[in-house]
Amino acid sequence: MKARLAVLAPAWAWLLLFVAAPAGILAAIAFAEADPGIPPFRLALSGIGFATLAEDTYYLEAFGTALRVAGITAGLCLLLGYPMAMAIARARPGRRVLLLALLMLPFWTGFLLRVGAWIGLLRDQGWINGVLLALGMTEAPLHLLYTEGAMLAGMVHAYLPFAVLPLFAALVRLDPTLVEAAEDLGARPAVAFLTVTLPVTAPAAAAAFLLVFIPAAGEFVIPELMGPPEAQLVGRVLWQEFFQNRDWPVAAALAVVLLVLLLAPIRLFQRLEARP
Amino acid sequence: MSLLRADGVTKRFGATLALDALDLEIAEGEFFALLGGSGSGKSTLLRIIAGFEAPDAGRLLLDGRDIAAVPPWARPFNMMFQSYALFPHMSVADNVAYGLRRAGVNRAEAARRVAATLAMVGLEGFGARRPHQLSGGQRQRVALARSLVMRPRLLLLDEPLGALDAALRERTGFELRALQRETGAAFVMVTHDQEEALALADRVALLDGGRVAQVGAPRAIYERPASRFAARFLGAANVLEGRALAGTFESAEAGVTFAGTIPEGTVAVALRPERIAVTAGAEGPNTALGVVEDVAFRGDDSLLLVRLTGGALLRVAHAEEDGAPPPRGAAIGLAWEAGDVVALPA
Repeated sequence: MKARLAVLAPAWAWLLLFVAAPAGILAAIAFAEADPGIPPFRLALSGIGFATLAEDTYYLEAFGTALRVAGITAGLCLLLGYPMAMAIARARPGRRVLLLALLMLPFWTGFLLRVGAWIGLLRDQGWINGVLLALGMTEAPLHLLYTEGAMLAGMVHAYLPFAVLPLFAALVRLDPTLVEAAEDLGARPAVAFLTVTLPVTAPAAAAAFLLVFIPAAGEFVIPELMGPPEAQLVGRVLWQEFFQNRDWPVAAALAVVLLVLLLAPIRLFQRLEARP
Repeated sequence: MSLLRADGVTKRFGATLALDALDLEIAEGEFFALLGGSGSGKSTLLRIIAGFEAPDAGRLLLDGRDIAAVPPWARPFNMMFQSYALFPHMSVADNVAYGLRRAGVNRAEAARRVAATLAMVGLEGFGARRPHQLSGGQRQRVALARSLVMRPRLLLLDEPLGALDAALRERTGFELRALQRETGAAFVMVTHDQEEALALADRVALLDGGRVAQVGAPRAIYERPASRFAARFLGAANVLEGRALAGTFESAEAGVTFAGTIPEGTVAVALRPERIAVTAGAEGPNTALGVVEDVAFRGDDSLLLVRLTGGALLRVAHAEEDGAPPPRGAAIGLAWEAGDVVALPA
């Protein structure tokens, strides 16, 4: 019992210090009143931050946009991730390690560096427009950066490994004779995929979707650096309220509501992970 | 009439030759066993017949037409996998209906055929269950039903009794034969178990190194093995090396002369343990002297290991009705009929 306590104590201390305490402080600020002083709030149980969120549809739209963009990102990651995971799962074991390393390689470079690389590719004087102009395929540079497409490309690039890894784990465990049995019973490969591979690996697909969706819903950097100005995702709005408007109660309320919104998918993800 | 013919079928996996210009013919409605050890090519042949592997050379003829390029989903064969490969996300009924749905059979007709097939394998009322709720024997029947419901002309069975315990094996074996007679389909079974092959099949092909070592009815290949390999694989006969000499066979390792119909070019002889009688002494050809090294009681007989004067170890089955077997260490004589000596040309 004592040994158990000794082992668990650092974990609990960590959770208390870096999860529970900040969450408590955040909740306290969310219920506080805004104040022009330093810090820019006065502790109270006013709930004015939440009231502001409810009054202005601007915030509601921010949540809607964030969830929509996160959903599209997660969907695209699934569409791209399935063929990638299948290819890796079917490769020879030696080659598998190489392919997984290539998948993880971008992770080992700086996140901002990767966003910077995308900007370098997509901006008006960037590499893509340079090539198109040189080849005479376009008269004027295409407007690629600061579009929803650029934002989604950046998001999918950043989150794709989160989708591929759980799919790979499920596909590599999938008994290949199941697909052979389906084909033996008259299913063409596409039908066998839809009727056997996909349903058997559906829990992993749901996990992969959520693993992308949950962090993508609060994403700030990529929409800010690559997205169109009108793409006001909740992460961006939160940043603006906090740093530009210095309205800490509204910013904190946004964070609390986002957390509550994501509790359901997080719980769902945990359930999927707990399945045998 | 020949249903399926393999004609010089060759398959390589990297440097290994899995099938070496193999020829084989399977008739309509017969129970055919592909018997062999690991690496004999039996499973590769089954996968080539099913269409999961393509031969590197040779032809696979169905009714005289080459089907090497026909994909598995378009072949009129079905396979029962060794692991059963039941779809874990579907009920038993949906598993069995899977092939019918792919073939476009309407729901009502599919349901009727699924129920009839489940009844045929003794699984009435199990349609709503999931595979993980079934025992190993029940899963095997679902796999069988899923293949049989398609009314295949050829049913491929990969080690069909391999995953069952001993008690269930015998019963399931008889049931497989009954189903084969009932459906009239040709069954092609892969097995490494010679008893299983001999008990179930109408014809057995013994595979060795990617080639057919011998093919024939179980009794014929059991009694007349064509090679040392066949003699050893099919029921642990004694195989004695030596050389043919003017109609007889001299085995130095046994210190014995075998007489009988021994053709020129015989390299070894086979002698079944149950065809050897224990005698008081030895005199002339087809007799031997030896010492009992060990005795194992097997129920209806005892197996004696007898060290011959030439040094070879001979397995002798001593029937219970002949009285108590000689004890360990006893010096005994052995004798057999000339007609029981099987000359092996290879």
